[in-house]
Amino acid sequence: MAFFILRRVGVMALTALCLTFVVFFLTNLAPNLEKLAKTQGNARMSDAEVISWLDRNGYGGPLVQRYGEWLGVVPGWLREDPVTGEWRGRCLARDQAPEDAPRFCGLLQGDLGYSTVSADEVSNIIGGRLQLTGILMFWAFAVMVPSALLVGVLAGMREGSRLDRSLSTFSIASTATPEYVSGVILIVLLASSQIGLSPLLVEWGWLDGGTLFLGSARSAMDDVTFWNFTLPVLTIALYGMGYIARMTRASMAEVMTAQYIRTARLKGVSFRNIVIKHALRNALIAPFTVIMLQFPWLLTGVVIVETLFNYNGFGWTLVQAASNNDIELLLACSIVAVLVVLVTQLISDIGYVFLNPRIRIT
Amino acid sequence: MEPLTWSGDLGPFLNPVLALSAALFAAGFVANFALSLAGLRPGEMVVNADRTLTFRRTPVDLAVAAMKVATLVFVLGVLGYVLGGMILADPLRTGILGGIAARLTPVWLSLALLFGLSIALKRRLGLYGKLFDSPIGMIGLGLVIFWVFSAVFSGMIATHGAISVISGMRNEVPGTPLPSPAEGQYAWYLLGGDALGRDVFSRVIYGAFEVLKIAPLATLFAFMVGITLGLPAGYFGGRLDTIITFLANLVLAFPVILLFYLLVTPEIVAAGIPNYLSMVLFIFPIIFMVVLFNSRFRTDPPRRNLLVGATVILGGLAYLSLISNPSDPELPLLFRLWPEVLDLFDVPGNLLIVFVSVVFVNSPTVFRIVRGIVLDIKTRDYVAAGQTRGEGPWYIMLWEMLPNARGPLIVDFCLRIGYTTILLGTLGFFGLGVSPESPDWGSTINEGRRLLTIYPHPALPPALALMSLVLGLNLLADGLREESLKD
Repeated sequence: MAFFILRRVGVMALTALCLTFVVFFLTNLAPNLEKLAKTQGNARMSDAEVISWLDRNGYGGPLVQRYGEWLGVVPGWLREDPVTGEWRGRCLARDQAPEDAPRFCGLLQGDLGYSTVSADEVSNIIGGRLQLTGILMFWAFAVMVPSALLVGVLAGMREGSRLDRSLSTFSIASTATPEYVSGVILIVLLASSQIGLSPLLVEWGWLDGGTLFLGSARSAMDDVTFWNFTLPVLTIALYGMGYIARMTRASMAEVMTAQYIRTARLKGVSFRNIVIKHALRNALIAPFTVIMLQFPWLLTGVVIVETLFNYNGFGWTLVQAASNNDIELLLACSIVAVLVVLVTQLISDIGYVFLNPRIRIT
Repeated sequence: MEPLTWSGDLGPFLNPVLALSAALFAAGFVANFALSLAGLRPGEMVVNADRTLTFRRTPVDLAVAAMKVATLVFVLGVLGYVLGGMILADPLRTGILGGIAARLTPVWLSLALLFGLSIALKRRLGLYGKLFDSPIGMIGLGLVIFWVFSAVFSGMIATHGAISVISGMRNEVPGTPLPSPAEGQYAWYLLGGDALGRDVFSRVIYGAFEVLKIAPLATLFAFMVGITLGLPAGYFGGRLDTIITFLANLVLAFPVILLFYLLVTPEIVAAGIPNYLSMVLFIFPIIFMVVLFNSRFRTDPPRRNLLVGATVILGGLAYLSLISNPSDPELPLLFRLWPEVLDLFDVPGNLLIVFVSVVFVNSPTVFRIVRGIVLDIKTRDYVAAGQTRGEGPWYIMLWEMLPNARGPLIVDFCLRIGYTTILLGTLGFFGLGVSPESPDWGSTINEGRRLLTIYPHPALPPALALMSLVLGLNLLADGLREESLKD
């Protein structure tokens, strides 16, 4: 078992290394750097000036060396400006003597670099944004997982029944509705003062002015309320729900055909007890993996929902960093995204083995 | 000109019918659900002592019957709008719904023809024919075919151009007449105008063409790549399998949205990355076809040479025309080497990158599916028999294993077209789509969402269109899976 986990972690580290290199390569292509030089320096730079600007600011060396610096395994660049005589370097803080600066400063040292657009340390920006997204994710999961499991178990306990068919159709419909579609429909239905439910409720006097829910989650960044946070949470939860429900249904339907369930039935155990006491535990092993693997999917959902509802969390930051050519911030976002994906994969692999004693790792 | 109402003259007759059927359906559904939860079962056939059969109805059966009747009435009501729209023909009398139904006449006719023929011949049509035994599959197929025909006839259906702007029509509500319609011009915006004054209805119809132009083809390419890599990985195993699986996992671990943002930015396009990617990805279909023919006709050299030669020449020509564009001086030298005379067609950089990224995202998943199926099929007896007969590995893979894996692959193909449509929509939603003016549904939703709470009409139709197409594909896949399992 220990060897299995060790090997998994090793493969994960290798994957992370490859992926970060790919991201580094794609964000540090010549056109990106040229654009960076022109936005940071002067929009009308000549090609030679661009090259000298990049050299002066540490974007000059070979790609692998810069990747090493960013990772923190190669000493950060440090050079004296030939014109002003001022020392500049990757690890050099403002007004710091070159001797005092640390030799390495990269990801491994916890230094994520400097966001050129927001003019702030990347680690300062990312932390707060991740927290906001964490709140969103928490509520999305709190809604999605129980309801998906309930739908899946209800559908799978009597395979082929009418209940099964209608719930399955519902889950298919929910997987067929991406966030940007369900978000738009939900906003129109519940958060528009022109059409949908809100004007109807106002007319009936059940709602005094305004709308049933708020179509923007900007205010939820300070204070989460039912009014401003329901729609984003519901939008994320709906898309992920169908898939988990279908997996749960398949797993439940399989368990219900097992021999021990038949034995229990023949003993005269009531159907309710069979489902709750006998079937449920075994049927929930497979969905565990699926739920863990939903994280990477949710990441896309989070980006869409945060953009649609104006919620300045991690996904919104990613979009901003990518469209503003904010290289270091985008790199940090990619690290987080890749780590989330890899760690959830690892947990799902290991958790599956723990939960299912029939699987033996040799 | 008068503005159009939603239901026109038909409304007073048909709206109560539709409302009543919807209410009946809801009541039946709630009753059914409550009764099932309360433990009541539907009635069962009982054999009496005197050998007669008795069927006792329970309340559950009544509720279900109510739902069935309601569905039938609803369908008849909708049919009334469609036929009414087609017969009355004057939008002022038929209203918006009838007007749209009338514009869609070619779609209804083709749909009726196709379904009539298919149902008449369903016993002779194999798996496709069996689809007409499953209601779910039929609904799915109907939705998909509806959009396919809408795309095919988009030029006839659309009332205005996809990018023709009438400045007085900005954000106008559905059914608004044009301020000064020219002779022969359709005098209304059926579903209103968007923020720039373009017709929403026409853009949705043209959007269907944009989406269906890319999604199935991109999925097909992803399948070619996935199959070409997945077959040998599963069949040979060993180091080859380890390496390809690692690479596939690498792509799968990449969050899709990040990949899109990294691939579809102008800087990346300027660096020629899409061309390099397409250079790698588009070679796979050619390899696939060459290996396919070579393994089959290895023992018949003249025929083999003809087929392989034709594939290499035609495929190679298409491949080189696709990846290179000598007239674009911005590209790296490698892609400008191919002579201009032989460059049959140029794909605009943006379309190419959208296409390539979608193929790139999909192919690792297809690879995993194919590999899994091959690992399963590899242990079958007929594979061992083929090996004993001395058949080559590629012949076994492509001509014996692949046909036996077609069921799950066809089902996944349908699902994956839907997923690709969602991905294309995501790209459009982030403004990374084919072009900012493109009427594809994702871009239209993106444009409409800014004023969503005040003017919902520009964003809602494309959203519903995308949902119905993807839902149709999912239902179709479900129906296919069910029917193929019955064998």
